[in-house]
Amino acid sequence: MTTFFDELHDRFPDLVRSVEETVSNQVVVLLNGPDVTAIVRHFIAEHQARIVTVFAEDRVKAEGVFYNYYVFDRPGEPSWVILKAPIPERFPSFPSLAAELPAINWQEREIQDWLGLEAVGHPNPRRVALHDNWPDVHPMRKSFPLETVLPPFEGEQHVYRPTYGEGVFQIPVGPVHAGIIEPGHFNFAVAGEPILYLQLRMFYTHKGTEKLFENLPVHRAIFLAESISGDSAFSHGTAFCQAVERAAEIAVPARAQFMRTILLELERIENHIADVGAIANDVGFVIANAHAGRMREIVLYLNESLTGSRVLRGMVAIGGVRRDWQQDQVEAIERALKVVEREFSDLVAIIQTSDSTRDRLEHTGILRSEKALMLGIVGVAGRASGIDRDTRRDHPYEAYSQLPFNVPVYDAGDVRHRMQVRIDELGESIQMIRAAAALLPEGPHRAPTAPIPPGRCAMSAVEGWRGEIVHWVRTGEGNRIERCKIKDPSINNWPAIVEAVEGNIVADFPVINKSFNLSYSGTDR
Amino acid sequence: MFKILQKSFKVGSATADYPAISPRLAEQFRGCPEFDFEAWSDARPAAEACPTGAIALHDKNGLRQVTVDYGRCIFCGECEAASADGAVRMTRKFELAASDRRDLVLTAEYALRPDGTHDALQASASGSLLEEPVKRVAESIQSLLGRSLSIRQVDAGSCNGCEQEIVALNNPVHDIERFGIHFVASPRHADMLLVTGPVTRNMELALRKTWAATPDPKIVVAVGACGISGGIFGANYASLGGVDAVIPVDVYIPGCPPRPEALLHGILLAVGYQARVRTSL
Repeated sequence: MTTFFDELHDRFPDLVRSVEETVSNQVVVLLNGPDVTAIVRHFIAEHQARIVTVFAEDRVKAEGVFYNYYVFDRPGEPSWVILKAPIPERFPSFPSLAAELPAINWQEREIQDWLGLEAVGHPNPRRVALHDNWPDVHPMRKSFPLETVLPPFEGEQHVYRPTYGEGVFQIPVGPVHAGIIEPGHFNFAVAGEPILYLQLRMFYTHKGTEKLFENLPVHRAIFLAESISGDSAFSHGTAFCQAVERAAEIAVPARAQFMRTILLELERIENHIADVGAIANDVGFVIANAHAGRMREIVLYLNESLTGSRVLRGMVAIGGVRRDWQQDQVEAIERALKVVEREFSDLVAIIQTSDSTRDRLEHTGILRSEKALMLGIVGVAGRASGIDRDTRRDHPYEAYSQLPFNVPVYDAGDVRHRMQVRIDELGESIQMIRAAAALLPEGPHRAPTAPIPPGRCAMSAVEGWRGEIVHWVRTGEGNRIERCKIKDPSINNWPAIVEAVEGNIVADFPVINKSFNLSYSGTDR
Repeated sequence: MFKILQKSFKVGSATADYPAISPRLAEQFRGCPEFDFEAWSDARPAAEACPTGAIALHDKNGLRQVTVDYGRCIFCGECEAASADGAVRMTRKFELAASDRRDLVLTAEYALRPDGTHDALQASASGSLLEEPVKRVAESIQSLLGRSLSIRQVDAGSCNGCEQEIVALNNPVHDIERFGIHFVASPRHADMLLVTGPVTRNMELALRKTWAATPDPKIVVAVGACGISGGIFGANYASLGGVDAVIPVDVYIPGCPPRPEALLHGILLAVGYQARVRTSL
């Protein structure tokens, strides 16, 4: 550990101002200026580091600068490295890394949109988060009030890359889709049936979530965190609580850690069941989806009996969970799991013995390992394309370090294997919950409430059912949040869909899209 | 093939017969909170705890106006936990759909003691169901279509929580098709728009266009705290608030998200299928 940072000081004496581990396993490297290129290249070449996320913060009033934060993860290292690069108010720009790190293409553009800091040299510097018809505003600047009423927007002005050639045409889809799903716009360029390329336009559901966190009392902010992405309410809520707990040095009692772990895995089970059913449904195998829907209700009923909410809302709290479990509630877990385990294996058998279904899923929507690695793909989609990463194992939190589990990884990268990762993970989750329920410690379910000290920063990462969720918070005065940065795994993974659909037929797009099942709201916030 | 049929026979029917039979609710299920206005000695802790502003206070000249808005409530239970006097109690009620936005709002007025606690309850009011507007639309829909209804769901900016429960309406347990109700892929085929919110500025145009593309007569149902009022997001630089800020709404379904039975209750209420209607909160 120390050698790594001595090395940084030695190699970049002019760039590095200080290195500090303010929170356990989170090392903040404060730089002298906005250019991180040399250090980032060093991290990647010498330490095989992966960029987790990049985001910015307006500290102009307090410190006279903006900060860019680059979060890195190194294989085999439990600690995160956070580069903190000051950007002077008078020269609001920073050198873009997107050309060599496509994984942060969107995130750098978000910084441009939210804070008006220019990513100099970005290969595609157009707006991403604010649509073209927005006025010239930067909502994440502190000088921009939350309640600002913007003038009515004019019609769409976005220019998509044109398509030329005989028999080549474009199909615009959305933002209102045919199914019961979230809004986004897809522009397919097609040559007959096969897709030449896909252009995405997101952020239709942008509702000012990160701005809403500013100055929000912590006890209310938890509920906002639960509404970042509705199918991951508990994961996002937990990620937020963990970040605050680390910033404020609140120790979560062991019982609460185990309870959270069980609920995190139940969220995964519920969504994986739904996805396996929906993937089969999207290739016309409706009966599988009917069984999955029925099975999902069993888990939702269990959720309700454990938390009062079918979708696990209103349970997680700073310092633990809001409600303790009685013995009969804990016993209900095993009863439900037994049914789910049996029913799910029947479901998988039904899907796998259907040749026509398998035929549609195999070799469909392939995401190659090299591409996945380059784009920084996370979670289920990454593990189906050979990326052996799982936050639960690599940066354990809650009770995960005390539970045995395997991380399924496949190289094929097609729809079939994104489904297989879910099938395998569901089995692992059931075993994890069993182990956690057996080990469930006695004791308090929540740490005593204490004031949250202001001016503390910390991040947390939770392996949601889709993949790696990251929250970063700065605490404010009076038990409030000053800044909460949210990175949903969907932000990383949208470009994977663009890669995966190329050369596939339009009719396979729904199932390819479903095999990733990304969150629009988590992306758009 | 044989295996598939065998499985289906083994499972049998999974459908729950709501609304004829009350749904199976877990003992711990949280419905909406209930307020004993007579016994409520201090509304401040509950208002402070409420994450969405569903409980709002207005103090003036020694009087306190308390407003409780079920159109903002997310059923989190924090008001109950914060109120030491036991006047706020979480219930298992979830059939809350209303055709008039005002029916979701309760008010009470208290004289105040010097320490800010309540002295005497001066007045309280709860909304009552005005069935007429819904019934009218329902009759015209029914005369046109009998008992068949086509729904186009529109996500105008939600977190996807409501969509999860709307999707569940199609599973064999809730099976909305047994009422002749089905979800369609285009607003041009729809009789009803089932809209979740908050309506974002980026979705405003799409929502207006979808509404315009839906043939008359049409019903609009706003789903969830965010669809009704903007919920925890409210109105801000990126959000316009509830659905009725953009298009006219016929029925409001509270919840965060509303459970499938609550959605069914609201949809059936909107089409006048159900005789059993809520008369007051």
